[in-house]
Amino acid sequence: MRRVVVTGLGMVTPLGSGVDATWSRLVEGQSGAGRITDFQVDDLACQIACQIPRGDGTDGTFNADEWMEPKEQRKVDPFIVYAMAASTMALRDSGWEPKTYEEQCATGVLIGSGIGGIGGIYEASATLIERGPRRISPFFIPGRLINLAGGYVSIEHGLKGPNHAVVTACSTGSHAIGDAARLIALGDADVMVAGGAESPINRLSIAGFAACRALSTNFNDDPTRASRPYDKDRDGFVMGEGAGIVVLEEYEHAKARGAKIYAEVIGYGLSGDAYHITSPSEDGDGAYRCMAAALKRAAIDVSEIDYVNAHGTSTPLGDELELKAVERIMGNAAGKLSMSSTKSAIGHLLGAAGAAEAIFSILAIRDGIIPPTINLDNPSVETAIDLVPKQAKRKEVNVALSNSFGFGGTNASLILRRVS
Amino acid sequence: MSDVADRVKKIVVEHLGVEADKVVENANFIDDLGADSLDTVELVMAFEEEFNVEIPDDAAETIVTVGDAIRFLEKNAA
Repeated sequence: MRRVVVTGLGMVTPLGSGVDATWSRLVEGQSGAGRITDFQVDDLACQIACQIPRGDGTDGTFNADEWMEPKEQRKVDPFIVYAMAASTMALRDSGWEPKTYEEQCATGVLIGSGIGGIGGIYEASATLIERGPRRISPFFIPGRLINLAGGYVSIEHGLKGPNHAVVTACSTGSHAIGDAARLIALGDADVMVAGGAESPINRLSIAGFAACRALSTNFNDDPTRASRPYDKDRDGFVMGEGAGIVVLEEYEHAKARGAKIYAEVIGYGLSGDAYHITSPSEDGDGAYRCMAAALKRAAIDVSEIDYVNAHGTSTPLGDELELKAVERIMGNAAGKLSMSSTKSAIGHLLGAAGAAEAIFSILAIRDGIIPPTINLDNPSVETAIDLVPKQAKRKEVNVALSNSFGFGGTNASLILRRVS
Repeated sequence: MSDVADRVKKIVVEHLGVEADKVVENANFIDDLGADSLDTVELVMAFEEEFNVEIPDDAAETIVTVGDAIRFLEKNAA
């Protein structure tokens, strides 16, 4: 199998537009959470979210007009705009601009989303009911479809290789990167633009996730403290939005063009819980098996893992189950492991979460800095694992593992390693 | 220029993201203003909305230039 490396990174998150703005604020321990002001929330159980800071593009703000023409933005849900922005950032970062027909055909796209254009579907439903079918835009369907994120990106950059999309709820971003890496490993493409994008902050989504009892509701007056993985006062996740995109590349292809190489994707594991539609299996077996599958593929010893970027959503049940599964797989090596949940700072980006968190894992390798689990005042359980409470930590990271688990019992783990 | 022409021109500029000076009467939406088939459907919807008129599909198919739209709406809009 061919080796696959990461040569470009791009992201739009509640901490900022771009990798640098997001990473510096993440390491500082900032929170992206705040009260929702874009729509009526007074009748919603959850009134907070981690929203992308919008502005003119300076100081880490997100200016959509820099990434997609206003007339095109109007046709699509924001997840597509975020995907366009993060993909362009990642491609620029990688320096890869396919120009010849052969280069274009060897470059593909695999961008997923958990629920795609739910905001636009909600609005169009209201239009249909109130004003009838003749008022439904011809862009309604193409602007909501999950694979249209990849469609738009391929059109913008002339990428004619595999064009695929993943939909596995909160595991989407990890599955997208893992599957894209396999397409390169198997020779279907030399370069893949891969990741996830999500725009779920609207009345319908908040109401729906609140009905699942998945969202934090105790911190409406103190939003930056709401996402608190492993803390005893945690009461659910905080919705986020954004996109994380990486450029994956076959190792020799990257080397031949002198590309900067961030890390190698050495392991990818998948599993299913076969247990419940929203709850993780009580024994954490699904999480354990997907980490074990990724380790087997990576062909490394578990003691080589320096850092785990946890799924850690801040839900009462999920955090401890994942922690137990990580303790079980690490065995005697648990004592030297650091594991943090960056959802404490950016919230839960659903289908973009795994991709954003893979990028954080890569940056931990690059900089030797582990981002903190903010708001972790009082851990709900004792563990030998360092959960990196409140403050970032300097530590050499050669190997990082990133976990993502989704509704439906779908699990994915990625293992990334420094390329020396 | 008539009031109808001004309003048509404004809609075309907004929806197709083109410069106002390119939106002349004989400009073809697809050939001259960069619209695709979906854009033209949406343009017709925008005309219906602005002028509070229903444009049947067979009539919509005959509206291919800015002038076509102005003439149709001057004749049919209330």
